[in-house]
Amino acid sequence: MTQNPYLWLVPVLPLAGAAINGCLGRRSSKTAITTIALVFCGAAFAMALYLASGFSSASAPYYFDLAHWIRSGSFQVDFSFYLDQLSLVMLLVVTGVGFLIHIYSVGYMWDDDGYYRFMSYLNLFMFFMLTLVLAKNYLVMFIGWEGVGLASYLLIGFWFTKDSAASAGKKAFIVNRIGDFGFLIALFLMIKHFGSLDFTRVFAAVQPLSPETAGAGLLTAIGLLLMVGAAGKSAQIPLYVWLPDAMEGPTPVSALIHAATMVTAGVYMVARSSAIFDRAPMAMMVVAIVGTLTALFAATIGIAQTDIKKVLAYSTVSQLGYMFMACGVGAFSAGIFHLMTHAFFKGLLFLAAGSVIHGVGGEQDMRRMGGLRVYMPWTFLTMTIATFAIAGFPPFAGFFSKDEILWKAYSSEHGSWVFWLIGVITAFITSFYMFRLWFMTFFGDYRGGPATHEVKHQSADAHAMHDKHAHQEHGHGDPHESPWVMLGPLAVLAILSLIGGWIGIGGRFEHFLAPVFPGLTTELSQRTASESAGGATETVLMLISVGAAVLGLLLAWTLYLRRPQLPARIAASLGGLYQAVANKYWIDELYAALFVKPLIEGSTTILWHGIDQGGIDAAVNDSADAARHVSDSMRHMQSGNLRSYAGWVAAGGAVVIAYMVWMGVR
Amino acid sequence: MIPLSYYLMLSGILFVCGVLGFLIKRNIITIFMSIELMLNGVNLSFVAFAAHWHSLNGQVFVFFVMVVAAAEAAVGLAIIIAVYRTRETLNVDQVNLLKL
Repeated sequence: MTQNPYLWLVPVLPLAGAAINGCLGRRSSKTAITTIALVFCGAAFAMALYLASGFSSASAPYYFDLAHWIRSGSFQVDFSFYLDQLSLVMLLVVTGVGFLIHIYSVGYMWDDDGYYRFMSYLNLFMFFMLTLVLAKNYLVMFIGWEGVGLASYLLIGFWFTKDSAASAGKKAFIVNRIGDFGFLIALFLMIKHFGSLDFTRVFAAVQPLSPETAGAGLLTAIGLLLMVGAAGKSAQIPLYVWLPDAMEGPTPVSALIHAATMVTAGVYMVARSSAIFDRAPMAMMVVAIVGTLTALFAATIGIAQTDIKKVLAYSTVSQLGYMFMACGVGAFSAGIFHLMTHAFFKGLLFLAAGSVIHGVGGEQDMRRMGGLRVYMPWTFLTMTIATFAIAGFPPFAGFFSKDEILWKAYSSEHGSWVFWLIGVITAFITSFYMFRLWFMTFFGDYRGGPATHEVKHQSADAHAMHDKHAHQEHGHGDPHESPWVMLGPLAVLAILSLIGGWIGIGGRFEHFLAPVFPGLTTELSQRTASESAGGATETVLMLISVGAAVLGLLLAWTLYLRRPQLPARIAASLGGLYQAVANKYWIDELYAALFVKPLIEGSTTILWHGIDQGGIDAAVNDSADAARHVSDSMRHMQSGNLRSYAGWVAAGGAVVIAYMVWMGVR
Repeated sequence: MIPLSYYLMLSGILFVCGVLGFLIKRNIITIFMSIELMLNGVNLSFVAFAAHWHSLNGQVFVFFVMVVAAAEAAVGLAIIIAVYRTRETLNVDQVNLLKL
């Protein structure tokens, strides 16, 4: 390992930006706020590029110990940072996509009253996310982990005067707590059994252990608990419910935090802990099953959503499921590869959706859009690239990563054809709902409200203020293209979505990450040896998954462009099934009935009315009342009448004397 | 020789007279005189015991009591004058501003 004294600057730069904007932003001009936010975020990106420039597949990891933290006997935790091939990929994705979304936010949030607050939170998020990615031990990672949760809470509830936004923020925070609980217990187990939280030391301690194939043991427990944490942060079954609600936040937030970076932290954490999962096949199996089910489940919900951001949210959950499926079958590098391409195309999808919402004046319902390709050609072009990328059409980025995952799900020793089949079905559904979104938004005729031409145009530019209400407030003209500051990031991400997958051709990405996943290098060399044998199967499977994507496109084309009256008829004939999907399988209602309501009822009746009011408050109030009553009666002794005082003294003296006589004084 | 019990009985009678006067009378000066009466009742028992046991301790006590009583009388009378000047009464039932 090489020491690199610049490593700590990467996370701290955005923190400085957040601090400056947070403290002084209220009184600064918007130009100054923009400059500070972009310069500090861009500096982090530049640092990441500088670090990447000297890094290759063969490089030893960089590390840097910034300060001591916990020193208790042999147990040590320091503020240390660590950069290897895996964190470098994450670092570039986070700083790169993050920087682009910062630029986009300038255009999107310019007219919001909380502009300085927004920029400060975004920078703060970057700090915590980079801390998470660059941590050298689990505890520093946990700081970042909690910190991004905080930033996510602040940004989901950014428009906190809106009730739905405030409660969505709370929901995200509380559901994440459940996952964090699992993560924390995993950390405690590591401290107890390995005496350290440092990645290198924990993995070195795990290395000599044999895989727990026979039954569940310590490593399986740690792996499952880590998966609980990852499921919370990365929105997997059963903790995915917060992510769709998180769409209450401004669209750049959805793109940055709830699509490209933060929600992938769980995947990163599982991949980072690959040494542990490698020794716990049962935990891997659970990861794969959870991922596969989530991919299919969320994709089916995505079919029936009408809110453009909700479709993308369920799509994100589904794609994260793919990543976990990859990790679960041992294809960690494929999972990280998909994480990267997903950051490009899903970030782009959200930003383009934001541009659409911006263009039609805050409308999010796809049923009131349509025909927008005439009004916003650039958004249309970039969105098209992203849609083809997520659907898995070659040569777009999503094709390579998704195909890699599906092939690994089929061929890996942990994989099975079941995973592959569900993956392909999900790919078909993904393609269908994405093209449904694409056709509903950009094709056909504009179905928005009658264009009100009396509005002044500059007020139409002020509508990004509130995703939803701007429309009612000042009306809106025809849909229009977004400013260049928003289209620029779209263009860059579109290029990345187009060519980003090419770095995976010929297993180059896997080779680059090979030093991080040592257990898999042997498998890799074996695979290259048997490449010719599996080559035919791989091609067939690839053609099938591309076929599924094309089928999805054709189905969406038939239903939503050629015969637009058909979907309603199909929905009607499906009846209950359609209702279940449209209502997200009533999972929210189920959780509310199972957990939320009993908790609130129990807290109200037992804890609040029972213990708090009946026990603690009553004890305090009763003792105070008793003291008051006793004092009230005693108070009459203090009459102010001198002779009554004398009487009391005499009576007291008489009592003392009587007592002494009675007892017999000697 | 008069027996000790006579002195003690007289002393007790004097003390009880003082207590009763203190409790019953309303005039501050009278109350004050009752206090003096109690003190002197106690003094009497002191000297009686001193004579009986042929010990000087009791006599010395009496001198101390007298000195303290004199000082107390000086302060007490001054307070009484001050009270009379502000309240224009010597009735203790009307000097009750300290009550709750």
